[in-house]
Amino acid sequence: MSIAPIVRTVEVKAPPARAFELFATRMEDWWPRGRTVGKNPHAAIVIEPRPDGRWFERDAEGEETNWGKVLAWEPPSRLLLGWQLTSAWAYDPDFLTEVELTFAPAEGGGTLVTLEHRDLERFGADAERHAASLGGGWPNFLADFARFADSQS
Amino acid sequence: MEALGALGDPTRRAIFERLAARPAAVGELAAGLPVSRPAVSQHLRVLKEAGLVNETPEGTRRIYRLDPRGIAAMRDWLDAHWAGALDAFKDFADAQVEADRARTTGTGDDT
Repeated sequence: MSIAPIVRTVEVKAPPARAFELFATRMEDWWPRGRTVGKNPHAAIVIEPRPDGRWFERDAEGEETNWGKVLAWEPPSRLLLGWQLTSAWAYDPDFLTEVELTFAPAEGGGTLVTLEHRDLERFGADAERHAASLGGGWPNFLADFARFADSQS
Repeated sequence: MEALGALGDPTRRAIFERLAARPAAVGELAAGLPVSRPAVSQHLRVLKEAGLVNETPEGTRRIYRLDPRGIAAMRDWLDAHWAGALDAFKDFADAQVEADRARTTGTGDDT
């Protein structure tokens, strides 16, 4: 079973090098509040600037929660991240889906930022594993999804 | 119907949450909810069509459970999540560029 990747684009006024920098090194300043996985609100979201670097959030007490890792760090044009949060919103080093960001020059000096989140079918195998161990549920994902659905209605 | 749309209804979400806790037959679901058994069946049909639950026969009953392959819900959630995150990024990045320009031209405050 193959699931279509998520592809989203947004155009920003900053040139590619600056857009890359803001995206990758200032994530804590723009990532939507409350859309993180740690117990407490995030104080920092860190992407270590090198292949195999960690991608994690840190709360005010210094507690860190892993999200994934850096697969390719290629400023100013490309950032490839491994999203290692399962359908149960838990970090699993053996689980990985790819999130690729490309930063292309746009007319007028800005940047077209394209995000592709792929390998989504891996959530299916992962969900089946969780289903086997949890008796048929996606409990953590569900609560988050319900909040999200509420916010949309 | 998309997974997200299917879960937009509070009764369907209640059914979905009960099935997340444990698989159940229509009668068991109806007993714990303020809706009729035919209404529960109708909601289960919508959830099934959205790929969120499946059913297996067990004796004379049909047992409903979450469909582990129903990752359409996961995809919908992630898609909406990324849309919101990129919008937030754009707002932030564009504001930073304004600040950069203000500094360059010497008209902004130096904070």
